[in-house]
Amino acid sequence: MDVELRGITKRFGPVIANEAVDLVAKGGEVLGLLGENGAGKSTLMNVLCGLYRPDEGEIVIDGRTVAFAGPGDAIAAGIGMVHQHFMLVPVFTVAENVVLGVEPVAALNRLDLAAARAKVREIGETYGLTVDPDARIEDLPVGVQQRVEILKVLFRSARVLIFDEPTAVLTPQEVEEFFQIVRALRDDGKAIIFITHKLMEILEIADRVSVLRAGRIVGGGDPGAMSRAELAEIMVGRPVRFEVERTAFTPGAPRLEVAGLTVLHDTGEVAVDGVSLTVHAGEVLGIAGVQGNGQTALIEAITGLRPAVTGRILFDGQDITDASPRARHAMGMAHIPEDRQRMGLVTDFTVAENMVLDSYYSDRFSNGPAMDWRAVNRWAAEAAEAFDVRTPTVFAQAGHLSGGNQQKLIVARELMRDTKLVIAAQPTRGLDVGSIEYIHARLMAARAEGDGVLIMSSELDEILSLADRIVVMFKGRIVAEFDASAAPPDKAAVGLAMAGAAP
Amino acid sequence: MTAIDPRAPAVADLGALRRKRGTGAALIVLAGVILLLFGDAAGDATFRLSRPRDAWVLGDLIVPALPVIQIAAALTAFLGARQFLRGGGRWTTLSLGVGLALFVMAFLVWATAGKAFSLTGMLQATMVRAVPIALGGLAATLCERVAVVNIAVEGMLLAGAFTGALMGSVIGGWGGLVSAVAVGGVFGFLLAALVVTYRMDQIIAGVVINLFVLGLTSYVSSQVFAEMRHLNNAPVFRSWKIPVLGDIPVIGPMLFDQNIFVYGALVMVAVSTYYLFHTAHGLRARAVGEHPRAADTLGIDVYRTRYIHVTLGGMVAGFGGAWFTLGSVGRFDENMTGGRGFIGLAAMIFGRWHPVGALMAALVFGFTDSLQQKLALLQTPIPSEFLAMAPYIATIVVVAGLVGRARPPAADGKPYVKD
Amino acid sequence: MSDRGAVDSLLQRAAPGRAEFEDLVIVPLFAVAVALILGALTMLATGVDMATIGRSYVALLQGSVGSLGALSETLTAAVPLVLAALGLALGFRTGLFNIGAEGQLLMGGLAAVIFGFSFPGLPFPVLMPLCLLAGALTGALYAAIAGYLRAATGAHEVISTIMLNLISYRLLDWMLSLDWVQREGRSDPVSRSVPPNAELPRLLDWLDPNLRVHAGIFLMLLAVWAVHWLLFRSKLGFEFRASGANPDAARYAGIRASLVIVLAMALAGALAGLAGANQVLGVLGRATPGFSAGIGFDAIAVALLGRSHPVGVLFAGLLFGALEAGGRQMQVDAGVSIDLIGIIQALIIVFIAAPLLVRAIFPWGFRRRDKGGAR
Repeated sequence: MDVELRGITKRFGPVIANEAVDLVAKGGEVLGLLGENGAGKSTLMNVLCGLYRPDEGEIVIDGRTVAFAGPGDAIAAGIGMVHQHFMLVPVFTVAENVVLGVEPVAALNRLDLAAARAKVREIGETYGLTVDPDARIEDLPVGVQQRVEILKVLFRSARVLIFDEPTAVLTPQEVEEFFQIVRALRDDGKAIIFITHKLMEILEIADRVSVLRAGRIVGGGDPGAMSRAELAEIMVGRPVRFEVERTAFTPGAPRLEVAGLTVLHDTGEVAVDGVSLTVHAGEVLGIAGVQGNGQTALIEAITGLRPAVTGRILFDGQDITDASPRARHAMGMAHIPEDRQRMGLVTDFTVAENMVLDSYYSDRFSNGPAMDWRAVNRWAAEAAEAFDVRTPTVFAQAGHLSGGNQQKLIVARELMRDTKLVIAAQPTRGLDVGSIEYIHARLMAARAEGDGVLIMSSELDEILSLADRIVVMFKGRIVAEFDASAAPPDKAAVGLAMAGAAP
Repeated sequence: MTAIDPRAPAVADLGALRRKRGTGAALIVLAGVILLLFGDAAGDATFRLSRPRDAWVLGDLIVPALPVIQIAAALTAFLGARQFLRGGGRWTTLSLGVGLALFVMAFLVWATAGKAFSLTGMLQATMVRAVPIALGGLAATLCERVAVVNIAVEGMLLAGAFTGALMGSVIGGWGGLVSAVAVGGVFGFLLAALVVTYRMDQIIAGVVINLFVLGLTSYVSSQVFAEMRHLNNAPVFRSWKIPVLGDIPVIGPMLFDQNIFVYGALVMVAVSTYYLFHTAHGLRARAVGEHPRAADTLGIDVYRTRYIHVTLGGMVAGFGGAWFTLGSVGRFDENMTGGRGFIGLAAMIFGRWHPVGALMAALVFGFTDSLQQKLALLQTPIPSEFLAMAPYIATIVVVAGLVGRARPPAADGKPYVKD
Repeated sequence: MSDRGAVDSLLQRAAPGRAEFEDLVIVPLFAVAVALILGALTMLATGVDMATIGRSYVALLQGSVGSLGALSETLTAAVPLVLAALGLALGFRTGLFNIGAEGQLLMGGLAAVIFGFSFPGLPFPVLMPLCLLAGALTGALYAAIAGYLRAATGAHEVISTIMLNLISYRLLDWMLSLDWVQREGRSDPVSRSVPPNAELPRLLDWLDPNLRVHAGIFLMLLAVWAVHWLLFRSKLGFEFRASGANPDAARYAGIRASLVIVLAMALAGALAGLAGANQVLGVLGRATPGFSAGIGFDAIAVALLGRSHPVGVLFAGLLFGALEAGGRQMQVDAGVSIDLIGIIQALIIVFIAAPLLVRAIFPWGFRRRDKGGAR
């Protein structure tokens, strides 16, 4: 089955997400759709799978123009999408998720899950997607959840499969397995659209590539005939440096020492299990690992947002295990939180208010019980200027800034003061290349000034390019450590550790 | 992201330990309270199990008050000690439940000491008084399962009561009942429109509907009913005894010798349980409440699903509201629902967003409610105002004690915005 | 380190745009107008003839602003509404939906009465403020129960405050039947009277003894200023607003959520308690069952109408006070039940809280809203 998008334009108010996009996906072929974050890839695919209606243009399937009133129509037309954020109901079983919307029923609308289970097993065997149909989604690791998503699409007899950033949550080994599945689907005659911002993946899996930039198709062709640098330049619109500039590695005294730390989830289960690590002055320690292996809880414990059950945390030799977040902040700890919208910002507040979110109480910004707004605004304007936060005024709502500027606001707030230790969790997730480069440079500058820097990221490439030393977390434990001060370690070895294989 | 890795071993569950200890201590204190408050009982307590006209008459249950109270205290203390030392897990909730039951029993024996008390009558009243709460809870459950918080249950009950009285007076009992259900549905639809289409805050929308219904019904009641009394004089549905089943002692009068509202509530609870948990449409509805975006990507119309279920919830509440007039007094009074809708919300939480759970919780509330009525007859030294507070205090305790352990639908209260 | 001009340009405040004007002025005006029209339709539906409807709205106007006496009544009715609504607004800004102003008001008022008649010998400048304080403290304590439950167990304050309201009615009934509270020689539940030196002095009774407006209006204005300062000028207010807008970010910022919740609830309760004290010390002179007369619920509407902003609350309170005072006149002149006002009030909030609805009904009244679109 062939699918063609012709002249698709999609606007959100005054923002143009896609402009006159043409795209063709053919059966038995993997089309790579490359573009950086915010280029409009997901919007385009949401148009194709019926979630959005295009303002202009048409969708043509096997030569016939179709119009989708909703996702149901797209599914009926044989289009299936595996979303970047999985569309699975956590409290339902695998079988329930797979049949949702196309349930086999007996008399009185009674759900017939027996039939569903059998079909799940059958499809699973065909493509090597083995999953227990009665397992609850929330009990499954992310890699398996992705299989359920694929099963869901295949259960609806999709012939065009769209994968939106499918490798973001997988280990390098899981990525390999996933590519096997993709190839099996392609060889079965399905049309595959593979959306990513990772160049290497395009080079490895795609038979053809189209590059999207700022909502338009700006290039494409046979990836076999292109180099990584070429592709990157088309994607970003200018030459891209792949290496982060860094000064010589001269570690100093330990800034942060964590010893035997155990931390619990809200549910009472163990999240961090006896972790010990050290971050030295002038060193970047990277924490690698698949999401959900305790990194978040570890960061929260270090920054004082989650109590430690056992173990000690020392900052410059001082015991801060039971210190409040505020005390740690005052000692020179900066925290760039994992989820900027949820934790890093109050989106309804102004830029100025967000700039002092964790220092509003200090004498610089207040007189006794009253705020000194004049000082706050002045300082916020200086910080915004110094850290290239693009905002009309400091009185604009933070929620109206772009993702990159929101993150720069947080970085400005955290780094524009005397810091000794920087804790950065997923500092560049979902950002465009320009913002990523800027934030990486700022983190490196902190390292050069003698700060200890702890970076947690699920993007292994980010860790590899920034860290002097890498630890890998798996099931709440540190399972491997790699020295990266001279040269980056072997990616496959780190990947194995992320999957829990003993080094 | 706070994804949980369930494979991690639980080496130290501090929360559970603290809860276990806390429950144990609370039970021991409860035992002390039983002795302290009720230790002065004297004589025998007589509980009547049958009414004089019943087909099969059981003898009265006569117990010596003081020994029974002492035994109840001892049992509670034993449970507490056991809980404190080695309880945990399922025992925690179970012990607490049994402890509270023993407390209630001791209280009943104390209050009845030297007098006679109709147990059957109270159970029958329990069921009757549980009806509006159960229906309110069921209405709220239907709404919250599709992630719409329905504070307006109270107003919908009131609207149902009002319509039942007005239309019942004009076109008869059945007509009144159908109208009450329809008007409840209208307010359900209105709530859905406000929160789904106009994206009004769900709690504000609920509060507003409550205020509006209160204003409207009070206005009409004082403007119109005051002069035209014939408009507020509806027939009342009498109880209808199911042959044979209704003659079973104790259970019969409670479940099978009631009016249409009790039967209706039981049937609705059964049907909605089947619907929500065993049908394809129920699965879709729950998906909308848990993860609307996922449901949307699969072609399930989130908005439509919410409209339908909130309207259905309104209809259930309208039926429950008619109980106040067509099921009991036949006449509408200003604000006559008196917070039953809110207690229904608590019953929903207590019942963990499950229709059967809501019914069970409603029975607990109905029990405290009827206890208060019956105890007034026994002339205990406790001021009647305090007994009247019992259901409200119970609600607070339930909500405070259970929240966090019961899990609401994941998207509960959040509007779904498509673009 | 940074460019001076660029920094200065970041500090330029934008002039309030048309959108703000629509939100703050046009939407409320539409809301009131539509509510009045729907109120008229309600009257029509209940068999009130057109002439009476016209007469009742004239009475509504006369009874609210038509004379000095009417203005006095409007102000008298507005004071407790504004006080209680300020508390609720404080809660809304902190993310707490406090339905319990009614109960807090009852408890506060009762405490003020009891304190008043318990110490009749104290001089006015001591007794009156202490009575107010007793009301505020009791209201704060009563509200803090719900705050504590929310902070400690997560019990939603909507349910617990509603239950506390219902409990407060029974508690009041019971207290009023106690020997030392009940007025001597009465069998019905009426409390002893507040001594004259505990009363809020009337301001205009030298003009006409029927003018009931009392010193409570100064209390009201003071509270508006204080709440405004607290919310927007103080560190505590920053914490309140941050917790309300994004509890996770507030936690990240080192703000202690439980403390903020209990404190915000207590302050809200204090203001509601003050409203209750104001009623008994300025208007009623004693406590009777349900002396709150639904002010605590109307205050929810006032707080919503005022967009949880102290100044907005003041205007909304004056509007509702006017409706209240005018409604009484309406009942007398045209024989239309004052319960109609309840309907009108509910409708006003619907339209205020759902601006999308107003825009849908009156598309021509508003500019299309695309953020930052072509000028």
